[in-house]
Amino acid sequence: MDFALSEEQELIVATVRQFVEREIYPHEAEVERLGRVPPELAAEIRAKVIEMGFWACNFPAEVGGAGLSHLDFTLVERELGRGSMALTHFFGRPQNILMACEGEQRERYLFPAVRGEKMDALAMTEPGAGSDIRSMATTAVRQGGDWVINGTKHFISGADTADFFIVFVATGVDDTPKGPKKRITCFLVDRGTPGFTVREGYRSVSHRGYHNCILEFDDCRLPDSQILGEVDGGFAVMNEWLYATRLTVAAFCVGRARRVFDHALSWAAERRQFGQPIGRFQGVGFQIADMITEIDAADWLTLSAAWRLDRGLPANREIASAKLYASEMLARVTDATVQIHGGMGLMDDLPIERFWRDARVERIWDGTSEIQRHIISRELLRPLGA
Amino acid sequence: MKVLVPVKRVIDYNVKVRVKPDGSGVDLANVKMSMNPFDEIAVEEAIRLKEAGKADEVVVVSIGVKQAQETLRTALAMGADRAILVVAADDVHQDIEPLAVAKILKGVVEEEKPGLVLAGKQAIDNDMNATGQMLAALLGWPQATFASKIEIDDGTALVTREVDGGLQTIRVKLPAVVTVDLRLNEPRYASLPNIMKAKKKPLEEKTPADYGVDVTPRLEVLATEEPPARQAGQIVGSVDELVSKLKEAGVI
Repeated sequence: MDFALSEEQELIVATVRQFVEREIYPHEAEVERLGRVPPELAAEIRAKVIEMGFWACNFPAEVGGAGLSHLDFTLVERELGRGSMALTHFFGRPQNILMACEGEQRERYLFPAVRGEKMDALAMTEPGAGSDIRSMATTAVRQGGDWVINGTKHFISGADTADFFIVFVATGVDDTPKGPKKRITCFLVDRGTPGFTVREGYRSVSHRGYHNCILEFDDCRLPDSQILGEVDGGFAVMNEWLYATRLTVAAFCVGRARRVFDHALSWAAERRQFGQPIGRFQGVGFQIADMITEIDAADWLTLSAAWRLDRGLPANREIASAKLYASEMLARVTDATVQIHGGMGLMDDLPIERFWRDARVERIWDGTSEIQRHIISRELLRPLGA
Repeated sequence: MKVLVPVKRVIDYNVKVRVKPDGSGVDLANVKMSMNPFDEIAVEEAIRLKEAGKADEVVVVSIGVKQAQETLRTALAMGADRAILVVAADDVHQDIEPLAVAKILKGVVEEEKPGLVLAGKQAIDNDMNATGQMLAALLGWPQATFASKIEIDDGTALVTREVDGGLQTIRVKLPAVVTVDLRLNEPRYASLPNIMKAKKKPLEEKTPADYGVDVTPRLEVLATEEPPARQAGQIVGSVDELVSKLKEAGVI
C-alpha cells in the first residue's frame, strides 16, 4: 500500500487550493450578502479556469478534457470544496453524462461544454419525485415524428447560468410483476426552446448564490435528435455516467471540513477564558480530536472509493459509504465549530454560520443519507437472500 | 538568451508564524511551505521574456533541503524549462546564509552561462535582501534591484526601480543580476497541461561541494521573539475626548 500522492497530484492539489484561496475566498462575503454571483465575476473566474486548462478537467483527453483519473478529479473536487459553491460553479466541470453525446450532438453540446463556451444543468428532481426518481410525472409523448414534453422540474442547480439542460422525462410505462414501472428517456434541451421556461426557484439556507430553479415544459416540442442515448434508455445513461456524482459530494465535504477545522483549531488555541486557551479544556480539546479523526477517516474513505473506480473495481457500496459518512461528518464538524466559537459562531461576521448552513444540504442532495444506507445495506443483504 | 531564476522554499505567507519554544527560530515542522512570492514574480517574468521571444530557456535553481524540489516542480509547472536542486541542508530549520547562497549561485552561473539572473528582491522568511546584490558583486556583473518594470533590448536591460520616494530607471548591460519587486507582474497559476509535463522536465541534483562552497553558518541567532501583542483600542465619543486622551498619554 502506498498512501502518497504523485508529484502531479501534489501540484494539482496545491494549484487548485491556491486558486480557491486567491480567487474565491476574497469574494465569498459579497456573494453571500448579494445572494448571487455578479456576472462579471463569474466571467472572470471562468476565463481564468479555461486559461489554466482546468475547465472540464473531468473529461477524457480525446474530447478535449484533461483526462484526469477519478482519484485526480476527486482531489480537485476536494480542494474546490473549501470555497463557496456559488463561485466554484464557474470552475467548470460539465456533467460526465455528455460523453453519451453522439454525432452532431458532440459538436452542439459536448465540445462547447468542454471548451467552456456553454454551461449545462442536469434536471431530474420534481416536486413529486425526489428519492423516488422513477415516479416522475414529466412526460414526453410522440406526436407527428416529434416529442412533446409537459411537466415541471424543480431544485435544478445551476439552471440560471445554463445554456442547455439534460432533462430526464417519462416516455412510457411497463407493467411488471411488481407493478407499473416508468420508462425514462434523457433529452438535451436548449435554453429558449419554445414551450420551455426557466423560473427562479426557492431560496435555500445552504449555498446562497448557488441557485436552484424551476423548469416548466408546456407542450415543448423536441425532435429525435435531442435524445441523449436511446429512447427509454434514460436509466442506462444515468447509470453509466452519473454514478460518481455522489463521490464529488463526499470530496466537497472533506475539503470544506478541513477549512472549517482550521477555524476551530485556531479559535481553540487563541480564545482564552478562565485564564487559558479554551482548547486546554478537555471539553473543547477532545472535540478537536474527534473532528480531525473523522475528517481523516472521511478523506481516506473518499479517496479509496475513487481509487476503486480507477481500478475498475466495484465501488457502488464504497461511494455510498463515502457520501454518507463525509456528509454526516461535515454536519458534526460544522456544528462543533459553532459550539467552540460560542455566540460568535452564529454571527455573520465570521464564515462559521455559513459553513454550518451550507453543510445541511449535503445529507440531502445526490441521494439522501437514507438512500445511501439503503444502497449499502441492500448490496450486503441482497446476495444473502434477505 | 538563457534566464536563471533562483527560487527559495519558505514558510507560506498565509501561515501564522510561531516561534519555537527555545527561541532558536520559527517553527517549520509540519508547516505549509511555498515558493517565496518574490521568486514567483521572477519566474513569471522569465517565462514572459521567453514568450516574448527575448529569452530561449528558463532555468530555475533552489538551494536548501531536498523538499525544495516541490518548489522547483511548481516553477516547472508554471512554465520553466529545467531545474537544478542544490541539496545543502537536511533539516528544514537550517537556513543557508545569503553569502553561501550567492557563492553557490556564482558556481551555477559559471556552468550555465545565463544572460540574465532574475531573483526575488528578498525572501519573506528572514528578509535579508542580500543574495542578489552579493551575487552581482561576486560575478562582477551590473545589478538592478527592486525592479517594477524590465525591458530587454540590444544586450541591455532597462529597469524601473522602486526606490524611496519614487521610481528610478536605469539601463544595465547584460549579463546582469536583476532583483524583482512586488508590482512587476501578477504570477500565473500552474496550468494543468504544464503540471502533467512538469515531471518529465529535467531536475538535476547537486551539492554545495560540487561548487566548492562551505555552507557552515557564520551568523549566530541569539534570540527570536514574537512581536509585542497589539494593545486594545478605545472608542472615543468626541474630538475633545480624543484630545484629552492623547494629552493623558503624553503624545501631544
